[in-house]
Amino acid sequence: MAHAIEFEDVVKSYSDKPVIRGLSLALPANETTAIVGESGSGKSTLLQLINGLIRPDAGAVRILGAALDYTRLPAIRRAMGYAVQGAGLFPHLTVRENVTLVARLEGWPAQRLTQRYDDLLGLFSLPGELSGRYPHSLSGGQAQRVGLCRAMMLDPPLLLLDEPFSALDAITRGSIYEEMLQLEQAGERSVLLVTHDLNEAARLAGYLVILKQGRVIQTGSPQQIHDYPADDYVRGLSANRNSADV
Amino acid sequence: MSDGSFLRTGFWAVVDLRALLMPDSRRIIVFLLLYLVCILPVPGQERTTVDSKNFGLAGDGLESVPTPQITVGSKNFNEGYLLGEIIAQVLELEGFAVERKFGLGGTMVCYEALVNGAIDVYVEYTGTLAEAILKLDGPADRERLNAAVAGQGLRALDSLGFNNTYALAMRKNTAAANGITRISDLARHPELAFAFSLEFLNRKDGWPGLSDTYGLAVKPAGIEHGLAYQALAEGSIDVTDAYSTDGELARYNLSVLQDDRGFFPRYLAVPLVRSDLPQRAVAALERLSGRLDDDRMQELNRLTTIDGKSFAEVASGFIREQGLGKTKVAESLVSSILGNTATHLKLTALALALGCLAGVPLGILVFRVRSAAGVTVYLAGLLQTIPSIALLALMIPLFGIGVLPAIVALFLYSLLPILRNTVTALVTIDPVLKRVAEAIGLTRWEQLCHVLLPMALPNILAGIRTAAVISIGTATLAAFIGAGGLGEPIVTGLALNDTGLILQGALPAAGLAILVELLFELLERLLVKPHMLHGQLPT
Repeated sequence: MAHAIEFEDVVKSYSDKPVIRGLSLALPANETTAIVGESGSGKSTLLQLINGLIRPDAGAVRILGAALDYTRLPAIRRAMGYAVQGAGLFPHLTVRENVTLVARLEGWPAQRLTQRYDDLLGLFSLPGELSGRYPHSLSGGQAQRVGLCRAMMLDPPLLLLDEPFSALDAITRGSIYEEMLQLEQAGERSVLLVTHDLNEAARLAGYLVILKQGRVIQTGSPQQIHDYPADDYVRGLSANRNSADV
Repeated sequence: MSDGSFLRTGFWAVVDLRALLMPDSRRIIVFLLLYLVCILPVPGQERTTVDSKNFGLAGDGLESVPTPQITVGSKNFNEGYLLGEIIAQVLELEGFAVERKFGLGGTMVCYEALVNGAIDVYVEYTGTLAEAILKLDGPADRERLNAAVAGQGLRALDSLGFNNTYALAMRKNTAAANGITRISDLARHPELAFAFSLEFLNRKDGWPGLSDTYGLAVKPAGIEHGLAYQALAEGSIDVTDAYSTDGELARYNLSVLQDDRGFFPRYLAVPLVRSDLPQRAVAALERLSGRLDDDRMQELNRLTTIDGKSFAEVASGFIREQGLGKTKVAESLVSSILGNTATHLKLTALALALGCLAGVPLGILVFRVRSAAGVTVYLAGLLQTIPSIALLALMIPLFGIGVLPAIVALFLYSLLPILRNTVTALVTIDPVLKRVAEAIGLTRWEQLCHVLLPMALPNILAGIRTAAVISIGTATLAAFIGAGGLGEPIVTGLALNDTGLILQGALPAAGLAILVELLFELLERLLVKPHMLHGQLPT
């Protein structure tokens, strides 16, 4: 299985305004790929085309070699972890309830559930006493880590990250990057990160896709893109990267 | 004869109570309703229709036939209540179980109730029957009336004796100062303030015919009959319609103007009954015939309106004095308030439970099928704009009178706040959270149960709470259509201009509303985490 996700001539418009224009793309399996672009580039739409929140007007989306089956989305989505900017935790559920919601609905036995939950807290350096707290009482970094735990709970083969780090301060972001990199080494998983931050993309991903106005401008390793930017748009993103690196 | 306007009286009740009871509401509960329904017995049919097949058939081997229940109705003005009570007590003496549905809002409400069997008997006036109900031309004797109502399964019994005709009343001094003794004299005084009961204003045997006959060109105002005498005494109006047997005529020192062109027909009081009324009951009522002449009736009216005696007391005294028997005097104040409160609570709780059972699922449906949202919320809103009293009146042709139409009307009223809050609560949930709920692989049902409804709960509860308090207020109007409850003393009190009586209904109703508020407060605390109440008013 060479590719985690494939797009074939995918087109998507919102009320006649094209957002994705005939996009074909194949993302490698068991690797972290970053989709980088400014806002309006269509990168979030791309992500939502993968988990079926959005359907393409034309073209096909294939997950792990199989066309996306829109009749059994809940099951397919459970094989894709999903984390968003701001964490998106449910305010009426405790930390533990948020993380374990789907596992409980899947009917996991208590022991397995507790084991997995405790492991995840450890991975993301979250203290156990947060378990009974509600999201409104968490710091931004804690909430985002809990959001990542929720995405990872079912140990999905594919992880979709929609700018989950962009609202965090630099220090918190740095420590979560470390945890993410450890995670990547821990198991075979395809990760798709959507970000506007080329610096972040280069730090976490081995393969970058640069998106501009619904089209792919350039793909390649962080180094390739840094050394041979395709145009001024990419050069601009790189410049950002350099300044952010200071 | 007539009985004041039920629309106008209703308005008073709405205005007074809404002001008292409308809280500022937010939050609430599905479960509460279910709970209330569980602890409160359903207000069942509190009467059984008198079924003629049950009578006179005791010979088929049964030792005793259960005593049938008879429902006595009355119009909503003093004499109506009093005659209703006399009839009820006479029937009770005969051993019948009697249910009282007094103070029904208007002639047509009473008549329709009789026709469809919601009541079995009430006292009507021959002139009213002929002119306002049957629209007969020319003089109508009892035979002619009976021939006309027989087709509806009704019959008019012998007259009780008195003729309570319409009359125009003025303060004696005003009349004297202007030299007015006859109705025709009024044509020379268009400057006087004319105010009539709405029913009088709209009846062919009332103002329309009267003004034609006498060539009166003034434009009169409408006023609730129970309040008209006081308005007259205070000088805010000069001329009003009166009933010739009203006890207030003497009390307020009023002149009755001579009907010098003989416009008003005779209004003999007759028990109007369903033809299937048991013969024994008919015989008992016929024993009343001719026993009440004009003076006697005015005297009895005076005992209640001026001397403040209860209807039960005056009726009982009259029956004893006539040698018809000895009746027990009515229930105590406390038990009457408790009884009314219980009925009120049942009406409200049941309507609210139905409102929740329909409103919440409908709200969810509307939320899911966006195209239906606008239309549904609009329709429910439209429903809410119908004045309560009008909605109740609209129920009569569909469901008759009594508990059922009241519950249906209250249900319709509770629907909007519950539906609207449910839809709003669901729609306004953070779209990111809705997207996450979908993206982490929850089915639509799971999204609803585990994310959407729990998050919407505070606002849904607020809607139910609003509906509950509105229902308690609106339910006071249900007395107009014979559903009982705390509106009964209010409606009676309004008809009789008796503040004490009004308070007997208004205070417990206000108390009930406060109690319900507190109850919902408690439920909310049990069901909703404090941090989920952000954006809610502090309590």
